[in-house]
Amino acid sequence: MAVVDIRKLSKTYQLGSVQVPALQEVDLQIEPGQFVAVMGPSGSGKSTLLNLLGCLDRPTSGRYYLGGEDVSGLDDDRLSLIRGKRIGFIFQSYNLIGQLNVVENIQLPMFYQGFSEQASAEHAEQLAVTVGLADRLRHRPSELSGGQQQRVAIARALANDPVIVLADEPTGNLDSASGAEILAILERLHSAGKTLIIVTHDTEIAARAQRIIRLRDGQVETELANEN
Amino acid sequence: MFLFRLKHIVRLGAKSLWMHRLRSILTTLGIVFGVCSVIAMLAIGEGASQAAQQAIAQLGSTNLIVETVRPPEEKTDTGGGQFIDEYGLTYDDAESIRNTIPDVQVVVPIREIDQKARYLTRPEVAIKIIGTIPWYTEISPVRVSRGRFLSSVDLQYRLAVCVIDDQVARKLFAFDDPLGLDVKIHGSYYRVVGIASPPAPAHTTASFGTNPPAAGETSGVVGSVYIPLTTTRCRFPEISARFTGGSSSREKVELQKITVKADSSEQVLPLRDILDALLDRLHEKQDYQIVVPLEQLRAMARLKRIYSVVLGSIAAISLLVGGIGIMNIMLATVSERTREIGIRRALGARKRDIIVQFLSETLLLTLAGGAIGIILGSLIPSLVTYFGNMPTVITGGSLVLAFGISAAVGITFGLYPAYRAANMDPIESLRHE
Repeated sequence: MAVVDIRKLSKTYQLGSVQVPALQEVDLQIEPGQFVAVMGPSGSGKSTLLNLLGCLDRPTSGRYYLGGEDVSGLDDDRLSLIRGKRIGFIFQSYNLIGQLNVVENIQLPMFYQGFSEQASAEHAEQLAVTVGLADRLRHRPSELSGGQQQRVAIARALANDPVIVLADEPTGNLDSASGAEILAILERLHSAGKTLIIVTHDTEIAARAQRIIRLRDGQVETELANEN
Repeated sequence: MFLFRLKHIVRLGAKSLWMHRLRSILTTLGIVFGVCSVIAMLAIGEGASQAAQQAIAQLGSTNLIVETVRPPEEKTDTGGGQFIDEYGLTYDDAESIRNTIPDVQVVVPIREIDQKARYLTRPEVAIKIIGTIPWYTEISPVRVSRGRFLSSVDLQYRLAVCVIDDQVARKLFAFDDPLGLDVKIHGSYYRVVGIASPPAPAHTTASFGTNPPAAGETSGVVGSVYIPLTTTRCRFPEISARFTGGSSSREKVELQKITVKADSSEQVLPLRDILDALLDRLHEKQDYQIVVPLEQLRAMARLKRIYSVVLGSIAAISLLVGGIGIMNIMLATVSERTREIGIRRALGARKRDIIVQFLSETLLLTLAGGAIGIILGSLIPSLVTYFGNMPTVITGGSLVLAFGISAAVGITFGLYPAYRAANMDPIESLRHE
């Protein structure tokens, strides 16, 4: 069964008196463990799709089943719960909290799910080690390089063992060396069985994906399956 | 789990407040001064009221005190040079009160004379003679610590004995035991038969209710010497010279006070009316006044209520201003941390989690302010007592009140910023730079 199942999903923004369709009746099914790249020019609806997939926004019409549960009509509290438990976010600009150190940042999603301090700290340290930050546990984000910050963000995205990991241009702010490192980690996640959905302009990333979905004007333009 | 959250939230709040130290301190000042002034004002108010109540209570709540007052000056009698101005309470008055008013338990006539006392060749000490009768102890909280008070035998035989109070004993005799020794006052010797503890320090009683004694100055007076009324009557003249603006006149006053004790406090006010009617008949001039401590106590209570309301409103306004300052800063903080709010929301924080976070930050700020305010507020009254020579009393209630108020201010003025933070759109806030 598809972990992400989108049926005729539409999102229309109201800009003054004008209605701007951002996403029009998109259908999409993603199987567990798939590595999907979403591409398209700016304004094509990539961000809108990502926000909807991440339960940050609610569709104007259509249905979204995440892991079999219809989440398109849930209230704010339920959506918060789903974001915390089932979705891991990786952002282009890392979005770490500056006052917290590496471990505390990774603990954050667990904090909102009510884990105990000790359990979450242990788990967070473990995750930090797996992304290669064993010697940076008590550092602040401002003391880390971009690549290291993004690794913290990845560890944080994995904290609650989410059903899907959503990444928005994860290498967009990084130099090519750090980008490659991040990509390697993402691939490792994929081979460990995580479902990855990455919005990107980077053809390098897209080339590693199993599926490439191209959006244009709020609709799926083409869908390719990669051979490798 | 709850503790973990609380710890996390408090630590986070403390961190972000610490990052903006100066701002946090300035913000807190409003609360600090508010709380500080609440405590200080309450302490000063309470101190003043307690001192006054004590002073009044010492006069006795079932007592009525009739005092001699100098009647308004009459222009017509300035002609005669040897004219003696005769006014005030008399022995007859005391007798009439005793004989005509049935409810009266005790009637104590009192004569007050400012004099100097001497022991052997030691320096003279200014004292106040209180000429009275043995039942004086019924109407005054004076306690005899050693020896005895005046007796009816003393009174009957006009004996030259006296009871002196602690201060006089200390000043006059230093390390000698005064009992059985003789004090020289106005040319005669009086044997000390008892030592009394005075009811209270003189300065607290001076400003309340009773007029200063009719004759002379009280300043420099060390304490009281109690002498049988009959003895004072035959040994001290009732006529004294008074100097007013160049011309001198002489006046005659028999008694300075007559204190009347009622059976119960319900009888005090009716008794006052009866006394007034009686004395009005006996006196042509308005040369007396009736002081009722009970009434004063009640008036004090009323005054205290008004005082509390006024102080309360001043404090409330200052706390309101402080609270608005806090709200202002918290709104700025919320908009500064929009992105953080977006991140937290994306990571699973519910609206109420965000509310709790910002509310506890505000609370932390105000409670810290409250704590500092309490510390400062507890110091100020002691400074006032030390430098201003005013009694102050810090009650535990006022500390609790102040802390409660600062918490209430924190919650009240923190709610709106927290609500604003919680209701920001996660997508918008994530995009916020």
